[in-house]
Amino acid sequence: MSGQASTRRVPFAASGWNPLVARLDRFAGPVFILPAVLVILAFSIFPLLASLYVSLTRLSFSEGGVHLNFVGLGNYAKLVVGIDRTHFIGVTAPITPLPASVLVVIYGGFAFLLLRYVRGPRRTVLGFVGRLLTVVIAGALVWLVVDTVMTSGRPGTLVVTLIYVSVDVSVQYLLALGLALLVVQRLPGRRIFRVVFLLPMMITPVGVAYLFRMLTDTSKGPLYPLWAHFGLTDVSWVTNPWGARLAVMIGDVWQWTPFIFIVLLASIESLPVELNEAAVVDGANRWQLFWGVTFPQILPATSTVVLIRLIEAFKIVDLPNVLTNGGPGTATESLTLHAYTIWRALDIGGSAAVAYMLLIVVTFVGISYVNLFRRRVTAMA
Amino acid sequence: MSRHLARALVPAVGVALLLAACNTSTPTSNAKFSGTTIRVVTFTGPQIAEPLQRRAPDFEKATGAKVEVITVPFSDLYQKILTDFATKTNSYDAMVFDPQWMGDYVPPGYLEDLTDRVHADSALQWNDIAPFFRDFSATYKGHVYTVPLDGDFQMVYYRKDILQRDGVTPPQTWQDYINIAKKYQGKDLNGDGKPDFGSCWAMKRSAQSYWMFISVAASFLQSQGTKQGAFFNTDNMQPLMNNAGTAAALDIYKQFSKLGPPDQLNNDVGDSRGLFVTGRCALSLDWGDIGPLAVDKTQSKVADEVGAVILPGSKQVLDRASGALVDCNSTICPYAINGINHSPFAAFGGWSGAINKAAPAKTKDAAFAFLSYMSQPAQSSVDVTIGKTGFNPYRTTHFTNLGPWESSGMSEQAAKDYLGAIEASLKSPNMVLDLRIPQSAFYEGTALDTALAQYLAGELSLAQTMNQITNQWNSKTDEIGRQAQLGAYKSSLSVTK
Repeated sequence: MSGQASTRRVPFAASGWNPLVARLDRFAGPVFILPAVLVILAFSIFPLLASLYVSLTRLSFSEGGVHLNFVGLGNYAKLVVGIDRTHFIGVTAPITPLPASVLVVIYGGFAFLLLRYVRGPRRTVLGFVGRLLTVVIAGALVWLVVDTVMTSGRPGTLVVTLIYVSVDVSVQYLLALGLALLVVQRLPGRRIFRVVFLLPMMITPVGVAYLFRMLTDTSKGPLYPLWAHFGLTDVSWVTNPWGARLAVMIGDVWQWTPFIFIVLLASIESLPVELNEAAVVDGANRWQLFWGVTFPQILPATSTVVLIRLIEAFKIVDLPNVLTNGGPGTATESLTLHAYTIWRALDIGGSAAVAYMLLIVVTFVGISYVNLFRRRVTAMA
Repeated sequence: MSRHLARALVPAVGVALLLAACNTSTPTSNAKFSGTTIRVVTFTGPQIAEPLQRRAPDFEKATGAKVEVITVPFSDLYQKILTDFATKTNSYDAMVFDPQWMGDYVPPGYLEDLTDRVHADSALQWNDIAPFFRDFSATYKGHVYTVPLDGDFQMVYYRKDILQRDGVTPPQTWQDYINIAKKYQGKDLNGDGKPDFGSCWAMKRSAQSYWMFISVAASFLQSQGTKQGAFFNTDNMQPLMNNAGTAAALDIYKQFSKLGPPDQLNNDVGDSRGLFVTGRCALSLDWGDIGPLAVDKTQSKVADEVGAVILPGSKQVLDRASGALVDCNSTICPYAINGINHSPFAAFGGWSGAINKAAPAKTKDAAFAFLSYMSQPAQSSVDVTIGKTGFNPYRTTHFTNLGPWESSGMSEQAAKDYLGAIEASLKSPNMVLDLRIPQSAFYEGTALDTALAQYLAGELSLAQTMNQITNQWNSKTDEIGRQAQLGAYKSSLSVTK
């Protein structure tokens, strides 16, 4: 590319017949990029900075317009240590032996990984600091999840969102991988299955939410005969905190498994058959074929699709909003729904603060995932 | 012959077409608001939007003004309108909304003052509108800003056939209500062989649950007339949400959550109304909507089997000096009936139409004409009898003229029962005004609503619930300014009935 540019410049510069053209040619690159830069500034950077400022203010209405009163970190303080703390973070409780042992195992894993890096040949100071920071933040989030979920405490919207993301993406990936491996087999009607498995992704999330609202209604929904047969008409999924969260997660898994499925299917179908054939000749069984040949080759696609789903899953809002309105209590409320609930009451600053907390968490998870997992996987492939 | 005929017909047809063209243009050109389009925003119906959309073509035919009804979800309506005003987008000329929001819309000068217009418009028959709706729904600090289109009070509905059969008196107190609901919970009430429910309430979060709770709490919190208020202490703007009265109301509210369908915590009024009119509930608490819905034979299985009474009350009320519950007597409960303090709650206040002050003058005239047309007795007397309109009676003629009610399928006795319950509420000197101060949407729709949902779900204890509501209300009051909020609250209570 640079070679082409220099060969193009030579005639103008060398000829000397038009120095103005030569000068303009030097600026051509930045000028051509400028529109794209302006678009990014206008539609990404400016809103990001503007919403950051809004998160530091409190909105009030007066004759002739609105006023943004600067309150510093007041909106953030309200979430972390103020009156919205239990809503955002949750309620912690004394840790009993079981959650304590879970914490010990997880923290032990973190320590092992950190130690392995320090003893490894590719250690750098910057790399160590980055990993230490990751371990500290991840450790804090794990403690929060364990201390609000496995004790008599209660998870807030931050923890509920982390549960949605980790459970949904894991289950979606496993289901999608299984379906993709099934569909690549030469089974009768596999083309039909391929289309059928994609259908949920085509439905609007609000439609999926209403669908699951009807399905989970045990007293008058379309599955009433089934619930009645099992004597479950007096049981409501959506008035029990974990039942309601489960309903939301089932809806999300149902809708988004097809997305991972189609990416993995494309990846598996594009693999060369020679490697499989060679492995079969060497006597590999089905599991060895999958684990030793297929899986390593689809790891780059896996890491990309999981990253996309991770980021998307953090923004879940339609399902809990329509299915349960965030209830019972605040049991199914995600961070985005939390921000929306506050925004509806026109607490724009508070809403922006919640949105920024979400951005910080998503950025942390995304960067950690890319640095610690995706790059390594891509390099291996 | 035929050619001559054709030659003769051509000019005749031409003249006829010309005349026809003149005829079609005549009414439009003479129409008062020809070429004007009124953009009216309200919530996604079918209620409220339906009558506006249904009557818009007739209004256009009469005046030439085209009415575009824009609908948005109820939960977004408040901020959509406010954002539209504040950003000066002005995409709405008129709005049909909750008059509680006037506390946010009027002070910045977003709404047109309609005082002179309503008094000058004889067809509107302003004085026919019940005084409460003129003074509360329509008026803010002495000026009229809205035209009432709906009258809102909550009341209790009961299955008259079943209670009469069993010799059970309709509930007078909340304890009566619990006893009756317990009696019928799990019994078959509509003959389909399946167990039904003692009581059906809307308890879903981000819906209408907090109004239902206030209906219970009000009978403990307000006993000395409307001006006493049921939300804040009028001396210091301290919330009345952490005391023995609120505790008693929360306890009752939790009992109701267990005397209904299993998914009651996820039900809004659409669900509870559907359950009641299909005969699945012995009791329900609602606005006036169940009355007309119950006679709609396309969906109701309880036509003419529904009775209505004023909101049940309490024999004990809060003594604000000591913070304790005390028995009613003539001093502390001057308006009690048979020793029971009833505090009928004007929840929401009734859908009302207002006009954007920034709209062009001709559009404002047309918008007022449309709102007046919707409210005039000829239209509203019919609309309040149709369940799907969401409009409930609010004019004197709606109570005195039983003709439209009987035409809608209601028997004379049923109409008298239904209207009687509304009238009893309207005439009560102890009626409770809904909160109408800046950021009412936060106080009720966010802070109170969330705490109630958490309490019902078991996330908060009774004491924690009261603390959370109180802390959040105080925090918002301090944020906006305690004196300013106190002034707005006292101003909202100083209405003349």
